[in-house]
Amino acid sequence: MAENNSDKNIVYYPGCTLHTWAKSLSDTFIESFKKLDINLHELSDWSCCQAVFPLARDNIMGLVPAARILIQAREHGDILTTLCSFCFNVLRRTNNAIQTDGEIRAKLNAYLEEDYTGDVHVLHPLEILKVMVGFDKLKSKVTKPCGNIKIGPYYGCQLIRPPKEMKFDDPEDPKLLDMFLESIGCEVVNFPFKVECCGSYQIVQGEDMVADRAYAILSNARKNGAEAIALSCPLCFYNLDTRQNLITQKYTDFSPMPVFYFTELMGMALGIDEGLCGFDKHKVDPGILLESLQKSSDTQEHVTVKNDQNKLGVN
Amino acid sequence: MKKSRVGVFVCHCGHNIARAIDIKSVMEKIRKYPGVAHVEDYIYLCADPGQKIVADKIKDKNLDAIVIANCSPNLHEKTFRDLVESVNMNRFKCEIANIREQCSWPHDQEREKATLKSVKIIESVIEKVKQNQELEPIRVPLTKKALVIGGGIAGIQAALDIANGGFKVILLERRATIGGKMAQLSETFPTLDCPQCIMTPKMVAVAKHENITLMTYSALESLEGYVGNFTVKIREKAKYVDWDKCVGCGDCTEKCPAKVDSEFDAKLSKRKAIYRDFPQAVPNKFVIDAEHCIKLTKGKCGVCEKICPAKAIKYDDKDEIIEEKIGAVIVATGFDLFGLEKVGEYGYGKYKDVIDGLQFERILAASGPTGGKVERPSDGKTPKDVVFIQCVGSRDPEFGMPYCSSICCMYTAKQAMLFKHAVPEGQPYIFCMDIRSTGKGYEEFVQRAVEEDGVVYLRGRVSKIYQDDDKIMVWGADMASGKKVEIPADLVVLSTAIVPAEGIKDLASKLRITTDEYGFLKEAHLKLQPVETLTSGIFIAGTAQSPKDITDTVAQASAAASKIMALFSSKEYIRSPTIARVDEDVCKGCGICVNACTYSAIELDTIKKISKVNEALCEGCGACAAVCPSGAMQQKNYTKKQLLDMISVATEDYDKG
Ligand SMILES: Cc1cc2nc3c(=O)[nH]c(=O)nc-3n(C[C@H](O)[C@H](O)[C@H](O)COP(=O)(O)OP(=O)(O)OC[C@H]3O[C@@H](n4cnc5c(N)ncnc54)[C@H](O)[C@@H]3O)c2cc1C
Repeated sequence: MAENNSDKNIVYYPGCTLHTWAKSLSDTFIESFKKLDINLHELSDWSCCQAVFPLARDNIMGLVPAARILIQAREHGDILTTLCSFCFNVLRRTNNAIQTDGEIRAKLNAYLEEDYTGDVHVLHPLEILKVMVGFDKLKSKVTKPCGNIKIGPYYGCQLIRPPKEMKFDDPEDPKLLDMFLESIGCEVVNFPFKVECCGSYQIVQGEDMVADRAYAILSNARKNGAEAIALSCPLCFYNLDTRQNLITQKYTDFSPMPVFYFTELMGMALGIDEGLCGFDKHKVDPGILLESLQKSSDTQEHVTVKNDQNKLGVN
Repeated sequence: MKKSRVGVFVCHCGHNIARAIDIKSVMEKIRKYPGVAHVEDYIYLCADPGQKIVADKIKDKNLDAIVIANCSPNLHEKTFRDLVESVNMNRFKCEIANIREQCSWPHDQEREKATLKSVKIIESVIEKVKQNQELEPIRVPLTKKALVIGGGIAGIQAALDIANGGFKVILLERRATIGGKMAQLSETFPTLDCPQCIMTPKMVAVAKHENITLMTYSALESLEGYVGNFTVKIREKAKYVDWDKCVGCGDCTEKCPAKVDSEFDAKLSKRKAIYRDFPQAVPNKFVIDAEHCIKLTKGKCGVCEKICPAKAIKYDDKDEIIEEKIGAVIVATGFDLFGLEKVGEYGYGKYKDVIDGLQFERILAASGPTGGKVERPSDGKTPKDVVFIQCVGSRDPEFGMPYCSSICCMYTAKQAMLFKHAVPEGQPYIFCMDIRSTGKGYEEFVQRAVEEDGVVYLRGRVSKIYQDDDKIMVWGADMASGKKVEIPADLVVLSTAIVPAEGIKDLASKLRITTDEYGFLKEAHLKLQPVETLTSGIFIAGTAQSPKDITDTVAQASAAASKIMALFSSKEYIRSPTIARVDEDVCKGCGICVNACTYSAIELDTIKKISKVNEALCEGCGACAAVCPSGAMQQKNYTKKQLLDMISVATEDYDKG
């Protein structure tokens, strides 16, 4: 099956941040998938997904943007993928609602003048890697294993909750990102806060609260042995990396911790052009970790970066 | 057919019926109904003068059937059938027309409609009784020996009661010893007596009782037959120790090299492959756990054989099947705890210092692995801050268990109290949803825990617990202050939900009894027949029926035992004859009825190609008659013709309108 991946068109919905703030997330994803012989077809005329799945059950209007994207995707293939956890959450749940709720299906189709029944599969890239590629195959394609970095996989909330609808992974102790990181050679650090909320949109009006959340998450990861965090959501990245200065201002005992998109690590491991990783856009310079990563793939010997941590600085 | 002479007696039930229904006009209408020879009313028909009127009129008016229009047949059908029998009328020639529960009560404010409806109810019952056959009750012989399945406190109590009543009992237990969960407890609320003091004497009494045959390390293989006449097969599992020789000295276990998690100590200690659950085990004998015995799995070792002074080791022991005839069964298979490993928020059971209630019982118990010293599992340190979390799984539809486990509020209070007695400088915290302390002396007990032992109750749920160095961090909500609380605990005890014992579904299907949606054994009627099942002769008791404490378990066990003693006290078992009957000329042997029958009372005679009803098994539910496509299967006195006639009489006037 893996061999035929190139025939299979996977439709890619980037969403608002992927061409702007989270460009490296998108670029490294596309390049890495090329290395794995998977073609991505980016939707051309896409719109915002609405970002948050409506909380009111009768807010069917709130599902229209996502339904429109799903219907568009259907023209180009039967698998739709997206990276941003919010987009993923909204798209998967909308598709689910269309499949299982007759009233929602009828109303959306009547409004959009369509006959969509929810037959597109909304898959997260991590699910594609697990099911369509296989972590074994991914492992065999790795040219520069990330053997030296102790990474804490951070899931946040949108990927996995509500579990009955998302069916992504165990809501309390998810493992998919862990498995992925292992397959590209990282040393995975399990930490209890891997599913704690990062504060999400509260960053707009509650910076202090987000600083507390981010501090708790990163400190907990470090306490359990992590040197860096890997995640998949642009908003988590914003709160944990871009605004890490909020933590350093508030908590003097805190020393910065690099944060990666999982696709950046995948790109590095598969040997894509490092320039695409956009490390210069990270607020916490992952440089030293990357150096050691470089060294590890050259010499295959273990170098600890922990002592060098104080050299990391917030840009 | 001879013309019927039906007498109709209408009861006022004080005001209960008379207020809502115009009795005079009912009587006038009924008087004109075909076949009615006499109509009469009285203020209380069930009272002595009322009964006398009925009996006299049956004789005076030469009636051949009567209809009593009064309350539900559940209340007085038996009263009036006994009455007519005393004046030589067949009891099935008396029927009840329920014009109270089904008419006057629900239609209190609609006199005209209620009056018409009660006429219709009475007329349709007249139609039925006219066609009723005179039937004789079915009498079946009885084997006066009971089987009690499960040797927890419920099974022990039931077996002792029946045995003391003079009847034989087999007590079947799947572990090697009786005692059940109660034997594992430290002390018991609300009196704080220790189970060793109040239960071990009962265990010994079981072993010594001449009327009780104790069969431990055994399982029910099959049950056939019907009430009073069951045949059971019991599998006596291979013990690999000859119990006639074993004296329970324990030399074998000391030297056995194979270590296994102890079930009795809830995995907090190790036992050997040759073991007994606890030193006070009844019977006081050892068994070899074949799965973990090195000799039995790998052929090497044999230490126990060498060491046993009684020469009791028998590596070539085999399971044995024993057949017994019995008359009735009590199922008392008890409960299990919902597994910690299923609760993600609380760490899936991966933190050593997050334990369940039974584990904490073992830690508190003088007979436990620490000899009653409170030490936590991870490092043996004495915990200071202990957090108890109630309703883990229970009252949580997300886990599929919306029910209350009923005993956790009490045992948590008890455990917090006992912890405080053992570690005076410690602080117990209890997260609860409510405190349910409804038993005798229970509320006082909880108050004592708060006032005398300083137990802190926090009303709210815990969202997460996780390990942080050597602390277990507990994040919860305190509804009183409206704040989030964080407690760095040394030990966390979860009151996980009470669930039915493993294997209950399988056992229930062997016994042809039903379980409820959660797997607890289902009673015939929650209020009025709480220890009966829908299968005659099979009774239930204890936590197998629903979560409950020892007090209620023992009460229910005694109730089930008394039902069996009542059954055994008559010469034969008398059953209602209103059961299914096959018209062999019409039946084509399609077998649809066989599948419809929940009591396995119908068999297909493949040679004659007809269905056959086993009169002793049939409960007269009517399911077979309803599904029979040819009308060959009929329920006596509820034939298709009777039911259709009743319906057409009842709906006639409404059709016109
Ligand atoms: C942590 C905890 C603390 C408690 N503290 C108290 C207290 O202080 N006071 C109080 O009143 N109550 C207390 N209880 C409740 C008490 O334990 C129960 O009420 C009581 O044990 C119920 O007895 P039982 O016979 O119904 O079930 P069990 O004790 O479970 O006994 C059932 C027996 O049946 C056997 N069995 C199961 N299936 C089969 C089968 N298929 N074939 C043969 N045998 C089978 C089992 O091995 C077991 O021996 C506590 C419960 C818990 C969990």
